[in-house]
Amino acid sequence: MIEMQDVHKAFGDNRVLQGMTLTIPKGTSLVIIGGSGTGKSVALKCILGLIQPESGRILVDGKDASKGDRDAFLARFGMLFQGGALFDSLPVWQNVAFRLLRGSLKRPQEEARQIAIEKLRRVGLKADVADRLPAELSGGMQKRVGLARAIAAEPEIIFFDEPTTGLDPIMAGVINDLIREIVTEMGATAMTITHDMTSVRAIADDVAMLHDGVIQWTGPVAQMDASGDPYLDQFIHGRAEGPIEAVR
Amino acid sequence: MSVLAIPGWIGRRTLAALAVFGRVALFALGAVSHILRPPYYPREIGLALLNIGWLSLPVVGLTAIFTGGALALQIYAGGARFNAEAVVPQIVAIGMVRELGPVLVGLMIAARVTSSIAAEIATMKVTEQIDALVTLSTHPMKYLVGPRVLAALITVPLLVGVGDVIGIAGGYAVSVQNLGFNAAAYLTNTVNFLELRDIVSSLVKGAAFGMIASVMGCYYGMNSGRGAQGVGRATKGSVEAAAVLILAANFVLTGVFFSV
Repeated sequence: MIEMQDVHKAFGDNRVLQGMTLTIPKGTSLVIIGGSGTGKSVALKCILGLIQPESGRILVDGKDASKGDRDAFLARFGMLFQGGALFDSLPVWQNVAFRLLRGSLKRPQEEARQIAIEKLRRVGLKADVADRLPAELSGGMQKRVGLARAIAAEPEIIFFDEPTTGLDPIMAGVINDLIREIVTEMGATAMTITHDMTSVRAIADDVAMLHDGVIQWTGPVAQMDASGDPYLDQFIHGRAEGPIEAVR
Repeated sequence: MSVLAIPGWIGRRTLAALAVFGRVALFALGAVSHILRPPYYPREIGLALLNIGWLSLPVVGLTAIFTGGALALQIYAGGARFNAEAVVPQIVAIGMVRELGPVLVGLMIAARVTSSIAAEIATMKVTEQIDALVTLSTHPMKYLVGPRVLAALITVPLLVGVGDVIGIAGGYAVSVQNLGFNAAAYLTNTVNFLELRDIVSSLVKGAAFGMIASVMGCYYGMNSGRGAQGVGRATKGSVEAAAVLILAANFVLTGVFFSV
Protein backbone atom coordinates (compact mmCIF):
# COMPACT_ATOMS: atom_id res chain seq x y z
CA MET A 1 0.00 0.00 0.00
CA ILE A 2 1.21 3.50 -0.84
CA GLU A 3 0.13 6.42 1.34
CA MET A 4 0.78 10.11 0.74
CA GLN A 5 -0.05 12.18 3.80
CA ASP A 6 -0.34 15.98 3.53
CA VAL A 7 2.52 16.25 1.02
CA HIS A 8 3.67 19.75 0.07
CA LYS A 9 6.06 20.69 -2.71
CA ALA A 10 6.84 24.07 -4.27
CA PHE A 11 9.24 25.25 -6.95
CA GLY A 12 10.04 28.82 -6.00
CA ASP A 13 6.71 30.65 -5.80
CA ASN A 14 4.89 27.87 -7.61
CA ARG A 15 3.20 25.75 -4.95
CA VAL A 16 2.53 22.54 -6.82
CA LEU A 17 1.42 20.12 -4.10
CA GLN A 18 -0.48 21.79 -1.25
CA GLY A 19 -1.31 18.97 1.10
CA MET A 20 -1.85 16.00 -1.18
CA THR A 21 -3.27 13.01 0.65
CA LEU A 22 -3.87 9.75 -1.18
CA THR A 23 -3.95 6.03 -0.46
CA ILE A 24 -3.35 3.32 -3.05
CA PRO A 25 -4.29 -0.12 -1.71
CA LYS A 26 -2.01 -3.02 -2.59
CA GLY A 27 -2.81 -4.70 -5.90
CA THR A 28 -5.03 -1.94 -7.23
CA SER A 29 -4.58 0.21 -10.30
CA LEU A 30 -5.03 3.89 -9.52
CA VAL A 31 -5.08 6.53 -12.23
CA ILE A 32 -4.39 10.15 -11.35
CA ILE A 33 -5.99 12.68 -13.67
CA GLY A 34 -5.78 16.45 -13.70
CA GLY A 35 -4.84 19.37 -15.89
CA SER A 36 -1.35 20.06 -17.17
CA GLY A 37 0.94 21.49 -14.52
CA THR A 38 -1.19 20.39 -11.58
CA GLY A 39 1.62 18.28 -10.10
CA LYS A 40 0.75 14.73 -11.15
CA SER A 41 4.30 13.90 -12.23
CA VAL A 42 5.69 15.70 -9.18
CA ALA A 43 3.57 13.48 -6.92
CA LEU A 44 4.87 10.39 -8.62
CA LYS A 45 8.49 11.59 -8.43
CA CYS A 46 8.05 12.40 -4.74
CA ILE A 47 7.09 8.79 -4.04
CA LEU A 48 10.19 7.55 -5.89
CA GLY A 49 12.43 10.05 -4.10
CA LEU A 50 13.42 11.77 -7.36
CA ILE A 51 12.03 14.97 -5.82
CA GLN A 52 12.08 15.71 -2.08
CA PRO A 53 8.80 17.07 -0.70
CA GLU A 54 9.02 19.99 1.73
CA SER A 55 6.67 18.42 4.20
CA GLY A 56 4.30 15.51 4.64
CA ARG A 57 4.91 11.78 4.73
CA ILE A 58 5.06 9.10 2.09
CA LEU A 59 4.67 5.53 3.30
CA VAL A 60 5.09 2.33 1.31
CA ASP A 61 3.69 -0.67 3.16
CA GLY A 62 3.73 1.43 6.32
CA LYS A 63 7.43 2.32 6.05
CA ASP A 64 8.71 5.84 5.44
CA ALA A 65 9.85 5.99 1.80
CA SER A 66 12.65 8.44 2.61
CA LYS A 67 14.34 6.10 5.09
CA GLY A 68 16.02 2.71 4.85
CA ASP A 69 17.92 0.95 2.07
CA ARG A 70 17.35 2.98 -1.09
CA ASP A 71 18.39 0.21 -3.51
CA ALA A 72 16.03 -2.28 -1.89
CA PHE A 73 13.26 0.33 -1.98
CA LEU A 74 13.75 1.14 -5.67
CA ALA A 75 14.05 -2.55 -6.57
CA ARG A 76 10.34 -2.84 -5.74
CA PHE A 77 9.41 -0.28 -8.41
CA GLY A 78 9.18 -0.25 -12.18
CA MET A 79 8.46 2.90 -14.13
CA LEU A 80 7.39 3.74 -17.66
CA PHE A 81 8.43 7.30 -18.45
CA GLN A 82 6.42 9.62 -20.67
CA GLY A 83 9.05 9.78 -23.40
CA GLY A 84 10.32 6.26 -22.80
CA ALA A 85 13.63 7.54 -21.34
CA LEU A 86 15.47 4.71 -23.07
CA PHE A 87 19.26 4.90 -22.96
CA ASP A 88 20.37 5.93 -26.45
CA SER A 89 23.76 4.28 -26.24
CA LEU A 90 22.48 0.82 -25.31
CA PRO A 91 20.73 -1.71 -27.56
CA VAL A 92 17.11 -2.46 -26.77
CA TRP A 93 17.76 -5.69 -24.88
CA GLN A 94 20.29 -4.00 -22.58
CA ASN A 95 17.75 -1.26 -21.90
CA VAL A 96 15.15 -3.85 -20.94
CA ALA A 97 17.61 -5.91 -18.88
CA PHE A 98 19.38 -2.88 -17.39
CA ARG A 99 18.52 -3.80 -13.83
CA LEU A 100 19.39 -7.45 -14.44
CA LEU A 101 22.89 -6.63 -15.68
CA ARG A 102 24.05 -4.79 -12.57
CA GLY A 103 23.37 -4.30 -8.89
CA SER A 104 21.58 -6.59 -6.46
CA LEU A 105 19.42 -8.22 -9.17
CA LYS A 106 22.37 -9.03 -11.46
CA ARG A 107 22.07 -12.18 -13.59
CA PRO A 108 24.46 -13.82 -16.07
CA GLN A 109 24.43 -11.87 -19.35
CA GLU A 110 22.83 -14.62 -21.46
CA GLU A 111 20.08 -15.17 -18.89
CA ALA A 112 19.42 -11.42 -18.72
CA ARG A 113 19.20 -11.30 -22.52
CA GLN A 114 16.70 -14.16 -22.59
CA ILE A 115 14.57 -12.46 -19.96
CA ALA A 116 14.71 -9.22 -21.98
CA ILE A 117 13.60 -11.02 -25.15
CA GLU A 118 10.78 -12.71 -23.23
CA LYS A 119 9.61 -9.34 -21.87
CA LEU A 120 9.82 -7.84 -25.36
CA ARG A 121 7.60 -10.67 -26.60
CA ARG A 122 5.23 -9.95 -23.72
CA VAL A 123 4.73 -6.41 -24.98
CA GLY A 124 4.28 -7.57 -28.56
CA LEU A 125 7.77 -7.00 -29.96
CA LYS A 126 9.77 -9.57 -31.91
CA ALA A 127 13.17 -10.85 -30.82
CA ASP A 128 14.91 -9.10 -33.72
CA VAL A 129 14.20 -5.75 -32.05
CA ALA A 130 16.52 -6.74 -29.20
CA ASP A 131 19.75 -5.74 -30.91
CA ARG A 132 18.51 -2.48 -32.40
CA LEU A 133 19.17 0.93 -30.85
CA PRO A 134 16.22 2.90 -29.40
CA ALA A 135 16.62 5.63 -32.05
CA GLU A 136 15.81 3.04 -34.73
CA LEU A 137 12.35 2.37 -33.26
CA SER A 138 9.03 4.17 -33.74
CA GLY A 139 7.41 6.03 -30.83
CA GLY A 140 5.00 3.19 -30.16
CA MET A 141 7.79 0.62 -30.16
CA GLN A 142 9.84 2.78 -27.79
CA LYS A 143 6.87 2.94 -25.42
CA ARG A 144 6.62 -0.85 -25.51
CA VAL A 145 10.34 -1.20 -24.83
CA GLY A 146 9.91 1.19 -21.90
CA LEU A 147 7.04 -0.98 -20.68
CA ALA A 148 9.18 -4.11 -21.05
CA ARG A 149 11.93 -2.43 -19.02
CA ALA A 150 9.43 -1.42 -16.33
CA ILE A 151 8.31 -5.03 -15.84
CA ALA A 152 11.65 -6.78 -16.48
CA ALA A 153 12.50 -7.29 -12.82
CA GLU A 154 8.86 -8.13 -11.96
CA PRO A 155 8.34 -5.22 -9.57
CA GLU A 156 5.59 -5.07 -6.95
CA ILE A 157 4.71 -1.48 -7.85
CA ILE A 158 4.62 0.00 -11.36
CA PHE A 159 4.26 3.67 -12.29
CA PHE A 160 3.12 4.79 -15.73
CA ASP A 161 3.67 8.44 -16.64
CA GLU A 162 1.43 9.45 -19.56
CA PRO A 163 1.70 5.99 -21.19
CA THR A 164 -0.27 6.89 -24.33
CA THR A 165 0.90 10.46 -25.00
CA GLY A 166 2.02 10.91 -28.59
CA LEU A 167 0.59 7.62 -29.81
CA ASP A 168 -2.14 7.08 -32.39
CA PRO A 169 -5.48 5.81 -30.99
CA ILE A 170 -4.86 2.22 -32.05
CA MET A 171 -1.38 2.07 -30.51
CA ALA A 172 -2.74 3.83 -27.42
CA GLY A 173 -5.38 1.11 -27.14
CA VAL A 174 -2.69 -1.57 -27.47
CA ILE A 175 -0.62 0.02 -24.70
CA ASN A 176 -3.69 0.42 -22.45
CA ASP A 177 -4.59 -3.25 -22.91
CA LEU A 178 -1.00 -4.32 -22.24
CA ILE A 179 -0.85 -2.29 -19.04
CA ARG A 180 -4.14 -3.73 -17.81
CA GLU A 181 -3.10 -7.30 -18.63
CA ILE A 182 0.35 -6.98 -17.09
CA VAL A 183 -0.88 -5.34 -13.91
CA THR A 184 -3.56 -8.01 -13.52
CA GLU A 185 -1.29 -11.00 -14.20
CA MET A 186 1.56 -9.67 -12.02
CA GLY A 187 -0.77 -8.62 -9.22
CA ALA A 188 1.18 -5.38 -9.03
CA THR A 189 0.11 -2.10 -7.51
CA ALA A 190 -0.08 0.42 -10.34
CA MET A 191 -0.21 4.18 -10.43
CA THR A 192 -0.80 5.87 -13.77
CA ILE A 193 -0.82 9.52 -14.74
CA THR A 194 -2.79 10.43 -17.81
CA HIS A 195 -5.03 12.99 -19.51
CA ASP A 196 -6.48 10.34 -21.77
CA MET A 197 -9.97 9.37 -20.55
CA THR A 198 -9.94 6.24 -22.73
CA SER A 199 -6.82 5.14 -20.82
CA VAL A 200 -8.51 5.92 -17.52
CA ARG A 201 -11.45 3.64 -18.30
CA ALA A 202 -9.15 0.90 -19.64
CA ILE A 203 -6.56 0.91 -16.87
CA ALA A 204 -8.13 2.15 -13.64
CA ASP A 205 -9.67 0.39 -10.69
CA ASP A 206 -9.71 3.71 -8.85
CA VAL A 207 -9.40 7.28 -10.05
CA ALA A 208 -8.06 10.35 -8.24
CA MET A 209 -8.33 13.87 -9.57
CA LEU A 210 -5.56 16.29 -8.62
CA HIS A 211 -6.43 19.98 -8.73
CA ASP A 212 -4.84 22.99 -7.03
CA GLY A 213 -2.30 20.74 -5.34
CA VAL A 214 -4.84 18.53 -3.53
CA ILE A 215 -6.89 15.48 -4.41
CA GLN A 216 -10.21 16.95 -5.52
CA TRP A 217 -12.02 13.64 -5.87
CA THR A 218 -11.19 9.98 -5.53
CA GLY A 219 -13.21 6.83 -5.97
CA PRO A 220 -13.80 3.73 -8.09
CA VAL A 221 -13.74 4.28 -11.85
CA ALA A 222 -17.32 2.98 -12.05
CA GLN A 223 -18.50 5.95 -9.94
CA MET A 224 -16.55 8.55 -11.88
CA ASP A 225 -19.37 9.52 -14.26
CA ALA A 226 -21.89 9.93 -11.45
CA SER A 227 -19.59 11.62 -8.96
CA GLY A 228 -21.45 14.93 -8.92
CA ASP A 229 -18.13 16.69 -8.50
CA PRO A 230 -18.13 19.74 -10.80
CA TYR A 231 -14.33 19.68 -11.23
CA LEU A 232 -14.28 16.02 -12.21
CA ASP A 233 -17.32 16.44 -14.47
CA GLN A 234 -15.70 19.33 -16.32
CA PHE A 235 -12.46 17.39 -16.74
CA ILE A 236 -13.87 14.08 -17.93
CA HIS A 237 -16.21 15.78 -20.38
CA GLY A 238 -13.52 18.21 -21.58
CA ARG A 239 -15.67 21.30 -21.09
CA ALA A 240 -14.12 24.78 -21.34
CA GLU A 241 -16.72 26.19 -18.91
CA GLY A 242 -16.68 25.18 -15.27
CA PRO A 243 -14.82 25.68 -12.02
CA ILE A 244 -11.45 24.82 -13.59
CA GLU A 245 -10.00 27.84 -15.39
CA ALA A 246 -9.24 27.00 -19.00
CA VAL A 247 -6.33 29.47 -19.01
CA ARG A 248 -3.62 28.47 -16.57
CA MET B 1 20.42 55.08 -6.72
CA SER B 2 21.42 54.36 -3.13
CA VAL B 3 25.06 54.69 -2.07
CA LEU B 4 24.96 51.08 -0.97
CA ALA B 5 23.58 49.79 -4.26
CA ILE B 6 26.94 49.13 -5.92
CA PRO B 7 28.63 47.47 -2.90
CA GLY B 8 25.43 45.48 -2.41
CA TRP B 9 25.48 44.33 -6.02
CA ILE B 10 29.16 43.38 -5.74
CA GLY B 11 28.47 41.53 -2.48
CA ARG B 12 25.58 39.55 -3.96
CA ARG B 13 27.65 38.65 -7.03
CA THR B 14 30.58 37.58 -4.87
CA LEU B 15 28.37 35.42 -2.67
CA ALA B 16 26.73 33.87 -5.73
CA ALA B 17 30.16 33.12 -7.26
CA LEU B 18 31.37 31.57 -4.01
CA ALA B 19 28.21 29.48 -3.80
CA VAL B 20 28.82 28.15 -7.33
CA PHE B 21 32.46 27.47 -6.46
CA GLY B 22 31.33 25.55 -3.37
CA ARG B 23 28.81 23.51 -5.35
CA VAL B 24 31.38 22.63 -8.01
CA ALA B 25 33.94 21.68 -5.33
CA LEU B 26 31.38 19.43 -3.59
CA PHE B 27 30.44 17.93 -6.94
CA ALA B 28 34.11 17.17 -7.70
CA LEU B 29 34.59 15.60 -4.27
CA GLY B 30 31.46 13.54 -4.81
CA ALA B 31 32.79 12.37 -8.18
CA VAL B 32 36.10 11.27 -6.64
CA SER B 33 34.27 9.54 -3.81
CA HIS B 34 32.15 7.59 -6.30
CA ILE B 35 35.25 6.63 -8.30
CA LEU B 36 36.78 5.07 -5.20
CA ARG B 37 33.73 3.15 -3.95
CA PRO B 38 32.04 0.16 -5.65
CA PRO B 39 30.05 -0.71 -7.64
CA TYR B 40 32.27 -0.04 -10.66
CA TYR B 41 31.09 0.06 -14.25
CA PRO B 42 33.94 -1.31 -16.42
CA ARG B 43 32.02 -0.90 -19.69
CA GLU B 44 31.34 2.77 -18.97
CA ILE B 45 34.96 3.34 -17.93
CA GLY B 46 36.19 1.61 -21.11
CA LEU B 47 33.91 3.72 -23.31
CA ALA B 48 35.01 6.90 -21.55
CA LEU B 49 38.70 5.95 -21.99
CA LEU B 50 38.04 5.41 -25.69
CA ASN B 51 36.09 8.64 -26.19
CA ILE B 52 38.24 10.95 -24.09
CA GLY B 53 41.63 9.41 -24.77
CA TRP B 54 41.92 7.49 -27.99
CA LEU B 55 39.49 9.54 -30.08
CA SER B 56 41.14 12.80 -28.96
CA LEU B 57 44.53 11.73 -30.32
CA PRO B 58 44.08 13.11 -33.87
CA VAL B 59 43.09 16.61 -32.75
CA VAL B 60 45.79 16.67 -30.07
CA GLY B 61 48.43 15.44 -32.51
CA LEU B 62 47.53 17.96 -35.21
CA THR B 63 47.40 20.84 -32.73
CA ALA B 64 50.76 19.90 -31.26
CA ILE B 65 52.63 19.37 -34.52
CA PHE B 66 51.56 22.72 -36.00
CA THR B 67 52.27 24.53 -32.73
CA GLY B 68 55.75 22.96 -32.45
CA GLY B 69 56.56 23.90 -36.04
CA ALA B 70 55.32 27.47 -35.62
CA LEU B 71 57.20 27.79 -32.33
CA ALA B 72 60.47 26.76 -34.02
CA LEU B 73 59.98 29.35 -36.77
CA GLN B 74 59.16 32.10 -34.25
CA ILE B 75 62.12 31.33 -31.97
CA TYR B 76 64.47 31.17 -34.92
CA ALA B 77 63.26 34.52 -36.29
CA GLY B 78 63.22 36.17 -32.85
CA GLY B 79 66.56 34.67 -31.81
CA ALA B 80 68.17 35.94 -35.02
CA ARG B 81 67.78 39.50 -33.69
CA PHE B 82 70.45 38.82 -31.10
CA ASN B 83 72.33 35.92 -32.70
CA ALA B 84 70.57 33.29 -30.60
CA GLU B 85 69.19 31.06 -33.36
CA ALA B 86 70.92 28.04 -31.81
CA VAL B 87 68.54 27.95 -28.85
CA VAL B 88 65.61 26.73 -30.97
CA PRO B 89 65.75 23.08 -29.74
CA GLN B 90 65.91 24.08 -26.07
CA ILE B 91 63.14 26.69 -26.25
CA VAL B 92 60.86 24.47 -28.33
CA ALA B 93 61.33 21.67 -25.81
CA ILE B 94 60.78 23.80 -22.73
CA GLY B 95 57.94 25.75 -24.34
CA MET B 96 56.09 22.64 -25.43
CA VAL B 97 56.62 20.57 -22.29
CA ARG B 98 56.12 23.25 -19.66
CA GLU B 99 53.37 25.37 -21.22
CA LEU B 100 52.05 24.88 -24.71
CA GLY B 101 51.64 21.11 -24.57
CA PRO B 102 49.51 20.97 -21.41
CA VAL B 103 47.56 24.18 -22.11
CA LEU B 104 46.73 23.41 -25.73
CA VAL B 105 45.80 19.83 -24.96
CA GLY B 106 43.70 21.08 -22.02
CA LEU B 107 41.89 23.59 -24.22
CA MET B 108 41.36 21.02 -26.96
CA ILE B 109 39.92 18.62 -24.40
CA ALA B 110 37.67 21.41 -23.10
CA ALA B 111 36.43 22.04 -26.63
CA ARG B 112 36.02 18.42 -27.64
CA VAL B 113 35.31 16.45 -24.47
CA THR B 114 33.77 18.94 -22.02
CA SER B 115 31.22 20.05 -24.59
CA SER B 116 30.40 16.48 -25.52
CA ILE B 117 29.99 15.35 -21.90
CA ALA B 118 27.83 18.36 -21.01
CA ALA B 119 25.59 17.96 -24.08
CA GLU B 120 25.19 14.20 -23.57
CA ILE B 121 24.37 14.37 -19.86
CA ALA B 122 22.14 17.43 -20.29
CA THR B 123 20.18 15.64 -23.01
CA MET B 124 19.86 12.61 -20.74
CA LYS B 125 18.50 14.91 -18.04
CA VAL B 126 16.03 16.61 -20.35
CA THR B 127 14.73 13.27 -21.66
CA GLU B 128 14.39 11.84 -18.10
CA GLN B 129 17.11 9.24 -18.70
CA ILE B 130 18.81 10.31 -15.47
CA ASP B 131 15.56 9.85 -13.54
CA ALA B 132 15.26 6.46 -15.24
CA LEU B 133 18.75 5.54 -14.03
CA VAL B 134 17.73 6.35 -10.45
CA THR B 135 14.56 4.28 -10.67
CA LEU B 136 16.71 1.41 -11.96
CA SER B 137 18.75 1.58 -8.73
CA THR B 138 21.77 3.10 -10.48
CA HIS B 139 23.42 6.22 -9.06
CA PRO B 140 24.01 8.76 -11.88
CA MET B 141 27.18 10.05 -10.18
CA LYS B 142 28.57 6.54 -10.17
CA TYR B 143 27.38 5.51 -13.64
CA LEU B 144 27.79 8.74 -15.61
CA VAL B 145 30.17 11.05 -13.75
CA GLY B 146 32.69 8.70 -12.09
CA PRO B 147 33.78 6.86 -15.28
CA ARG B 148 34.20 10.11 -17.24
CA VAL B 149 36.24 11.83 -14.53
CA LEU B 150 38.39 8.72 -14.00
CA ALA B 151 38.99 8.35 -17.74
CA ALA B 152 39.99 12.02 -18.04
CA LEU B 153 42.35 11.71 -15.07
CA ILE B 154 44.06 8.77 -16.75
CA THR B 155 44.07 9.82 -20.39
CA VAL B 156 44.66 13.58 -20.40
CA PRO B 157 48.17 13.33 -18.85
CA LEU B 158 48.93 10.68 -21.49
CA LEU B 159 47.57 12.96 -24.20
CA VAL B 160 49.72 15.79 -22.84
CA GLY B 161 52.77 13.50 -23.00
CA VAL B 162 51.94 12.55 -26.57
CA GLY B 163 51.27 16.21 -27.42
CA ASP B 164 54.64 17.23 -25.95
CA VAL B 165 56.48 14.64 -28.04
CA ILE B 166 54.59 15.47 -31.24
CA GLY B 167 55.08 19.22 -30.66
CA ILE B 168 58.82 18.72 -30.24
CA ALA B 169 58.79 16.54 -33.36
CA GLY B 170 57.07 19.38 -35.26
CA GLY B 171 59.79 21.79 -34.14
CA TYR B 172 62.42 19.23 -35.06
CA ALA B 173 60.99 18.69 -38.54
CA VAL B 174 60.83 22.42 -39.31
CA SER B 175 64.27 23.09 -37.82
CA VAL B 176 65.99 20.25 -39.67
CA GLN B 177 64.14 20.60 -42.99
CA ASN B 178 63.79 24.39 -43.26
CA LEU B 179 66.22 26.03 -40.87
CA GLY B 180 69.33 23.92 -41.50
CA PHE B 181 69.76 22.37 -38.03
CA ASN B 182 71.73 19.14 -37.62
CA ALA B 183 69.30 16.37 -36.76
CA ALA B 184 71.45 14.57 -34.16
CA ALA B 185 72.53 17.80 -32.49
CA TYR B 186 68.91 18.98 -32.30
CA LEU B 187 67.82 15.83 -30.51
CA THR B 188 70.81 15.85 -28.17
CA ASN B 189 70.16 19.47 -27.21
CA THR B 190 66.47 18.74 -26.61
CA VAL B 191 67.08 15.71 -24.40
CA ASN B 192 69.94 17.27 -22.45
CA PHE B 193 68.04 20.48 -21.74
CA LEU B 194 64.83 19.00 -20.35
CA GLU B 195 64.70 18.25 -16.62
CA LEU B 196 62.56 15.73 -14.78
CA ARG B 197 60.68 18.64 -13.19
CA ASP B 198 59.59 19.85 -16.64
CA ILE B 199 58.08 16.48 -17.50
CA VAL B 200 56.45 15.99 -14.10
CA SER B 201 54.90 19.47 -14.23
CA SER B 202 53.53 18.71 -17.70
CA LEU B 203 51.87 15.48 -16.59
CA VAL B 204 50.52 16.98 -13.35
CA LYS B 205 49.02 19.82 -15.35
CA GLY B 206 47.49 17.23 -17.66
CA ALA B 207 45.83 15.44 -14.74
CA ALA B 208 44.54 18.73 -13.29
CA PHE B 209 43.19 19.89 -16.66
CA GLY B 210 41.60 16.51 -17.27
CA MET B 211 39.86 16.74 -13.91
CA ILE B 212 38.66 20.29 -14.61
CA ALA B 213 37.45 19.48 -18.13
CA SER B 214 35.51 16.37 -17.12
CA VAL B 215 34.07 17.78 -13.89
CA MET B 216 32.82 20.93 -15.61
CA GLY B 217 31.20 18.90 -18.39
CA CYS B 218 29.48 16.63 -15.89
CA TYR B 219 28.48 19.46 -13.52
CA TYR B 220 26.88 21.59 -16.21
CA GLY B 221 25.21 18.55 -17.75
CA MET B 222 23.73 17.35 -14.46
CA ASN B 223 22.51 20.88 -13.64
CA SER B 224 21.18 21.84 -17.05
CA GLY B 225 17.88 23.60 -17.58
CA ARG B 226 14.96 22.26 -19.57
CA GLY B 227 14.67 21.84 -23.31
CA ALA B 228 17.07 22.48 -26.15
CA GLN B 229 17.95 25.88 -24.71
CA GLY B 230 18.97 24.25 -21.42
CA VAL B 231 21.22 21.80 -23.25
CA GLY B 232 22.77 24.64 -25.29
CA ARG B 233 23.42 26.74 -22.21
CA ALA B 234 24.93 23.82 -20.33
CA THR B 235 27.26 23.05 -23.23
CA LYS B 236 28.36 26.66 -23.70
CA GLY B 237 28.77 27.27 -19.97
CA SER B 238 30.79 24.11 -19.45
CA VAL B 239 33.32 24.97 -22.17
CA GLU B 240 33.69 28.58 -20.99
CA ALA B 241 34.16 27.52 -17.38
CA ALA B 242 36.57 24.71 -18.23
CA ALA B 243 38.70 26.91 -20.50
CA VAL B 244 38.98 29.72 -17.95
CA LEU B 245 39.67 27.33 -15.07
CA ILE B 246 42.32 25.48 -17.10
CA LEU B 247 44.16 28.74 -17.80
CA ALA B 248 43.86 29.82 -14.15
CA ALA B 249 45.04 26.41 -12.92
CA ASN B 250 47.95 26.58 -15.37
CA PHE B 251 49.04 29.88 -13.84
CA VAL B 252 48.83 28.46 -10.31
CA LEU B 253 50.64 25.21 -11.19
CA THR B 254 53.36 27.06 -13.07
CA GLY B 255 53.89 29.14 -9.94
CA VAL B 256 54.01 26.01 -7.77
CA PHE B 257 56.55 24.22 -9.98
CA PHE B 258 58.76 27.03 -11.22
CA SER B 259 58.49 30.07 -8.94
CA VAL B 260 61.55 29.01 -6.94
